Amino acid sequence: MQSGFVMLAMSLLVFLGVFAVGDPVEILISPDADQFERERAVRALGLDLPLWQQYLVFLGRALQGDLGRSFVFNEPAIQIILQRMPATLELAFGSMFLSILIGLPLGLYAGLKPDSPVSKGIMATSILGFSLPTFWVGLMLIMVFAVQLGWLPSTGRGDTAEILGTRWSFLTWDGLRHILLPAINLSLFKISLVIRLTRAGVRETMLMDYVKFARAKGLSPNRVTFVHVFKNILIPVVTVVGLELGGTIAFSVVTESVFAWPGMGKLIIDSINVLDRPVIVAYLLMIVLMFIVINLVVDIVYTMLDPRVRLEAKA
Amino acid sequence: MRQTIAALFLAGTLSAGAQTLTMAVGAPVTSLDPHFHQLSPNNAVASMLFDRLVNTDAQARNVPGLAESWTAVAPDIWEFRLRRGVRFHNGQEFTAEDVAFTIARVPNVPNSPSSFAGFVRPITRVEIVDPYTIRFSTNGPYPLLPQDLSNIYILDSTTHAQATTDQFNAGPMAVGTGPFRLVRHANGDRIELERNDAYWGQAPAFARVNYRMITNDSARAAALLAGDVDVIDQVPTADLARLRTDQRVALAETVGLRVIYLSFDHSRDDATPFVTDNDGRPIARNPLKDVRVRRALSMAIDRAAITSRVMEGSATPSGQFLPPGIFSHVPDIAAPAFDAEGARRLLAEAGFPQGFRITLHGPNDRYPNDGRIIQAIGQMWTRIGVRTAIDAQTWTTFVARAGRAEFSAFLIGWGSNPEGSHPLRNLIACQNRERGWGNSNRGRYCNEALDQGLVRALQTLDDADRERQLMALQRQAFEDVAIVPLHIQTNIWAARRGFEVTPRADELSLAQSVRPAAAR
Repeated sequence: MQSGFVMLAMSLLVFLGVFAVGDPVEILISPDADQFERERAVRALGLDLPLWQQYLVFLGRALQGDLGRSFVFNEPAIQIILQRMPATLELAFGSMFLSILIGLPLGLYAGLKPDSPVSKGIMATSILGFSLPTFWVGLMLIMVFAVQLGWLPSTGRGDTAEILGTRWSFLTWDGLRHILLPAINLSLFKISLVIRLTRAGVRETMLMDYVKFARAKGLSPNRVTFVHVFKNILIPVVTVVGLELGGTIAFSVVTESVFAWPGMGKLIIDSINVLDRPVIVAYLLMIVLMFIVINLVVDIVYTMLDPRVRLEAKA
Repeated sequence: MRQTIAALFLAGTLSAGAQTLTMAVGAPVTSLDPHFHQLSPNNAVASMLFDRLVNTDAQARNVPGLAESWTAVAPDIWEFRLRRGVRFHNGQEFTAEDVAFTIARVPNVPNSPSSFAGFVRPITRVEIVDPYTIRFSTNGPYPLLPQDLSNIYILDSTTHAQATTDQFNAGPMAVGTGPFRLVRHANGDRIELERNDAYWGQAPAFARVNYRMITNDSARAAALLAGDVDVIDQVPTADLARLRTDQRVALAETVGLRVIYLSFDHSRDDATPFVTDNDGRPIARNPLKDVRVRRALSMAIDRAAITSRVMEGSATPSGQFLPPGIFSHVPDIAAPAFDAEGARRLLAEAGFPQGFRITLHGPNDRYPNDGRIIQAIGQMWTRIGVRTAIDAQTWTTFVARAGRAEFSAFLIGWGSNPEGSHPLRNLIACQNRERGWGNSNRGRYCNEALDQGLVRALQTLDDADRERQLMALQRQAFEDVAIVPLHIQTNIWAARRGFEVTPRADELSLAQSVRPAAAR
């Protein structure tokens, strides 16, 4: 119910926004088209009706599952977005994987041995991960690893293999080589985030009574760390990583355009540039829906990690 | 089938390098339907898959395509003699039927945001004389028909009878007579092509082409330097100096057809919205209606400084629409010389010895360095006493406001067809629904005498005579400073060593323009 209202408000905002920015026909039409052609294009795109009527037409169709056809591609907006989705998904999950793979152990180490110089080094470096602009880091990665060293390809998606009717590049060696740089670029911020969350969590938990008790019981340090501490620090990490995943899928615009990664982020920025309203609206609606779903999943994961959180308790 | 397997095998190995060309272009291709969206990147891809009756060469001249010759057999009838023995990629033979079918399809492509219909509207009747001769009747003499038809890609009447835009994009309908056939289309990412070995014209040098879209300028240049792509277009001016000295890379440049110019508000006789006196009060009459003010503002601009410093040499100063060597370029119109003293005198003569204040608008994401050009002009104008504020906006917002004539002075560009009547009727002719003129006349300049002359020129079939008339009209327009041309952009491609690009005036990035470089 609530989510339905959010989506309705979103669609209205986007409609008004695009209307305020400019006139799609002015952008799309060839500059030497005569008045006759312009009027025909305005009619063809359904822009001749008053804005409120256009919105009602859109709502009517949306309720039947039709979010309109792209002005630019003349294909259903949803279909275009879904075509681009696998590329973005694998990039987002790739970067998420990297951030956990790298962030958790480093954070754990820094939390367990807060005074060692290595930990201080880790923490200092993580500040860079927060503060360097993605755009600049992306170009630097390209300059160093692709142009200077020539180890990895600079841009684009590599060979893809087909599974379940979709093309995925993480299944081929060439595809993996292509995804590595953009995934690192996208994960830098998240690695730092995970490191800091984990470290803070570990330091806090180590002082808890049950940890002290476990150690007093004579359990091995490894068992204390990986069973008693680890489980308890995962809750904030899962929350943040889950929400970050949503943000990454929705707004990896910068990385996708620097690396010419043919995903949804690049699609949305291209669509905004030409005011392709059906695609913009459909995209943002899907993103709203996705965030709703992710929040739900995060809640479910909580219950598995922490028996005190119960779904029925909330109802 | 065997061919495909072989091709797949080749693509997977390094030794395929000599046979495969990887190009990266800066503008995304939005459709493979050659009649759906009139847009340069789409036309470039269409020019690889399809042919036109009249093709255009690298210098934007009309050359025989699917038509071997064309003549006006009567003042209002054009006859095209078609090439024999041409086949579509699927084996269908090309005949006059296909031309008639194409002309009929062009205005009827559903949902087209920018249709090609304007190019076939002059045709009132199509007559198939025999399978290799076709006649087009027009309403009165119409010299531009071959030029117009150089925009129309020919489809097959049987294959494409029911073809929809989706089917072109998906691949199965992207069947033409062109030098390449489609292998795969990944929307917004890449288009894979293979050579059409049965092509009627000069065979392309590469058996396979990987046509990639990398819209970010720095990323495109980096992909070239990293060796991931062999050729890039729209070389960013910031990288020009470095690439010129890089041994691994060669640049291919030619003067283009895109003129960057300033347009002034001609629509208001009283106060124009962005001009005030030095105290910020509106001026009762629009100073820009005075030709002396317009000329002063043009003379105050140091075009050579803009092209050499801001554009890094990738543009040529100009005082007219078209570059030398193009039909109806006027040899005796030079780029206005920089003369700040003379500009100040002219302003004083026009009654503004103390100058005035103005806001100069422009886009900041449309043309190379657009935002920096208007900044430079703002400083130059301020130097002659016209205190200039700069307002650079994103193209989507800017172009809508410019179209509604909301600005007093603004920078914009225009890509011309190689014929003076094209910019004249679109940029300077009065806005006129019936004639279909003045559609991009955002300054609303209007001179009925000039329009009358243009009507006469456009009924003159004799090229030499028409060229003389068009030159006279352009002299008249620039004498009156209808618009202020700044420079004509240079089109630049960069290729890795071993690849040679023939640069095209029309900005199209075509795989058939690339050949292996002769051994040095």
